[in-house]
Amino acid sequence: MESLWILIPLSVAAVFAIGWIFWRSLHGGQFDDLERPGTDVLSDDQ
Amino acid sequence: MNPGSEPQRAAAACYHCGLPVTEPGRWRARILGAQRDLCCAGCEAVASTIVAGGFEQYYETREATARTPIPEALAPSALYDDPAAQKQFAAAGDGFLEATLILDRIRCAACLWLNERTLREIPGVLRADINYATQRAQVAWDPRRTKLSAIIEAIRAIGYDAWPFDPQRQTALDRDTRRAALWRLFVAGFGAMQVMMYAFPAYVDEGAGDLSGGDASLMRWASLVLTVPVVLFSCGPFFSGAWRELARLRPGMDTPIAIGIAAGFLASTWATVTGQGEVYFDSIAMLVFLLLGARYLELAARQRAATALDRLARWQPSAALRLADAADAGSAESVPAHALVAGDPVLVPAGERVPADGVVERGASSVDESLLTGEPVPLAKEPGGELVAGTLNLEQPLVMRVVRAGAQTRAAAIARLVERGSAAKPRLVEAADRIAHGLTWVVLAVAALAGLNSGNPWIAIAVLVATCPCALALAAPVALANTAARLLGRGVALTRSSALETLAKATDVVLDKTGTLTAGRFAIARLQLLGRAGEGRCRALAAALEASSRHPLARAFRDESPSPAARVPVEELVNFPGHGMEATAGGRRVRIGTEAFCRELAGAPPPNTLRDAALTPVFLADDGGWLAVFQLEDTPRPEAGEVVAALRDSGLRVHLLSGDHPAAVGSLAGRLGIADWTGGASPQDKYAYVEALQRAGRTVVMVGDGLNDAPVLARADASIAMGSGADAAQAQADCVLLAQDGEARLAAAADCFGLARRAMRIVKQNFGWALAYNAVALPLAAMGWIGPLEAAIGMAASSFIVVLNAMRAA
Repeated sequence: MESLWILIPLSVAAVFAIGWIFWRSLHGGQFDDLERPGTDVLSDDQ
Repeated sequence: MNPGSEPQRAAAACYHCGLPVTEPGRWRARILGAQRDLCCAGCEAVASTIVAGGFEQYYETREATARTPIPEALAPSALYDDPAAQKQFAAAGDGFLEATLILDRIRCAACLWLNERTLREIPGVLRADINYATQRAQVAWDPRRTKLSAIIEAIRAIGYDAWPFDPQRQTALDRDTRRAALWRLFVAGFGAMQVMMYAFPAYVDEGAGDLSGGDASLMRWASLVLTVPVVLFSCGPFFSGAWRELARLRPGMDTPIAIGIAAGFLASTWATVTGQGEVYFDSIAMLVFLLLGARYLELAARQRAATALDRLARWQPSAALRLADAADAGSAESVPAHALVAGDPVLVPAGERVPADGVVERGASSVDESLLTGEPVPLAKEPGGELVAGTLNLEQPLVMRVVRAGAQTRAAAIARLVERGSAAKPRLVEAADRIAHGLTWVVLAVAALAGLNSGNPWIAIAVLVATCPCALALAAPVALANTAARLLGRGVALTRSSALETLAKATDVVLDKTGTLTAGRFAIARLQLLGRAGEGRCRALAAALEASSRHPLARAFRDESPSPAARVPVEELVNFPGHGMEATAGGRRVRIGTEAFCRELAGAPPPNTLRDAALTPVFLADDGGWLAVFQLEDTPRPEAGEVVAALRDSGLRVHLLSGDHPAAVGSLAGRLGIADWTGGASPQDKYAYVEALQRAGRTVVMVGDGLNDAPVLARADASIAMGSGADAAQAQADCVLLAQDGEARLAAAADCFGLARRAMRIVKQNFGWALAYNAVALPLAAMGWIGPLEAAIGMAASSFIVVLNAMRAA
């Protein structure tokens, strides 16, 4: 099970990377309004 | 929308707002390829603007008909262009100004789309974004190319209203709080998920020995690395809360949670470093995630409720027009309202709020003081008359001399009284804290004893983890947050969740009359003819005279406007503020209004007229003599009877308490079947009445709306305010019935009690379950019969059961 010694640290790094991406999108305002974008697809803007 | 029902609907109802079309063919617009009948000129203008702007699609996607435009009720928007006033709400950027606008009269997503498109089409508008949840628009514009008043006028042209939102009301703060909470929740949730994956092999392998010591150690180290941010960052609120509680030597909910997390984390870390003993990083991270999830739900529900309240709280004027020269209305300059001092001459334009307490110096008008008194009939103001800050000047501009400004105004004084009255409120959370307080000492003592007795620190930690009163901590907040969200969906904003406890055990409901059971909507109760003219002629004359009046009583005449054939043409219509209207009809001068006003025209005093204190008389006369007297009556809201019956059916004693004339109150009480009623009650009387009920051991809920009700609302055990009423009353109330179509839904008041009882039942079940679980787990863990794994599973299962039960509250 030597592969674990690569995979586990890799997964820890992936967690931090995903955390960083979430932090970026959170502070970019992506989660400030969770309803409006869902209704946007219903109206086609030219 | 069902296309099949379209033609029928178009024939009967206005295509834009859904009101009945009384004159088919008079107002029309070509919408979506067909001629549509409309009910009035306002709808026609709005619909044409929408179609001309190329936004016809709005009619296809909307989920509800629009609101009927009422242009005459809107305040002039030019004031918002004043640089001094703009400083209060607009932020200046490089070549642009940015402000948050609160949008009113929004009904569905199509409305938002229409508004956003319209804003973006205005030349000079650089950016416009509308948030669905808060119904606020973020607008940036180039001040050299357009003005804020032009932007607001564009929104009004399509039938909505907007006004600037004061950023000092902490939008930014709310957003940052929400983001920080979401970020903590994400760290805990994502960490918990991943740590559980690392913990899984150890659970599966339990005893089999397939997992080598090195691999197991690797998993533990990975778990440790991911639990560190969960404990150090996400748990911040628990640790700071526990620190505050310990500093006061009064451990509450946060103390056992913080100690349980810290002890479990430190023990697991020690076990990881030394390679001996159990770890339960997964349990810790999951526990933190569940607790933060509950707190986030509560935060979101509270902020939503607060946003809805913001929309109602715009009566306080932020700017005032101060006159450099009291005799010259042209010398007005805009200053912040709080900068006024006693003695300043101030111009109050028609349709604007009075910025400070003062005395009328010049001009005559009528002022709507319903904010303070809850009474909808405007009062005539002439030089020497007193003006109160926050009231609405309706008809003519007034010049006033400031007597009291800022914190000295009558409104501010009442607000302070309310603050004092609210200090002694019962709190559900305190009861839960008391239980946790007692339980914490028991758990800490048992954990210490068990640890010392056995000499095994793991037993102490097993006690802390297994009996960590997190189920107790989750028992209340999730149920309360869900109930608050449910209430909001029904048009009730819960401003203090602790009030649910009081609502659930209430025995008496005290209702206010004006503005609560009635909506200030008058109707003609009786018509007495005094002269030679017939009834039809009198009604038609009254309707014609009052057609353009803004006075609330005038609506009674318009509401039963005669058929087009019976319409009477009038000329030279003049408004005498506070007295009535005068016009010429058929060569005669005609007046409608107060008795004294009509008497000037009729000459003699009126013949014996019926006097009924429950009714408001309006006289009609011409230069040949008296014509008629209309007796108007404030009609109860249509749902009032149902609400009173529903309250009585749920076992509550209903009281009616009003400052109105006893005859009017009695007649309404009789009609609604309320046995306990009191009329002519001053705010002090109301206060004493509620106090007396409380001394008799009753739990009293007050439903009211005026600023004068505010002390009574605070005195009552729980209070419900009408959303269309006074701001201070709302701020102090535990629940606010939100306004829909400009009128608060009284029916929602009855819902409060049922939902509160259900919520409290669930909270009690949760408390019962959590305490029973702890009572069983505590001795077992103390005896060392529960291992760390069982402790973690037991605690998580108990938390889940509590959360799932709490979900039923929504």
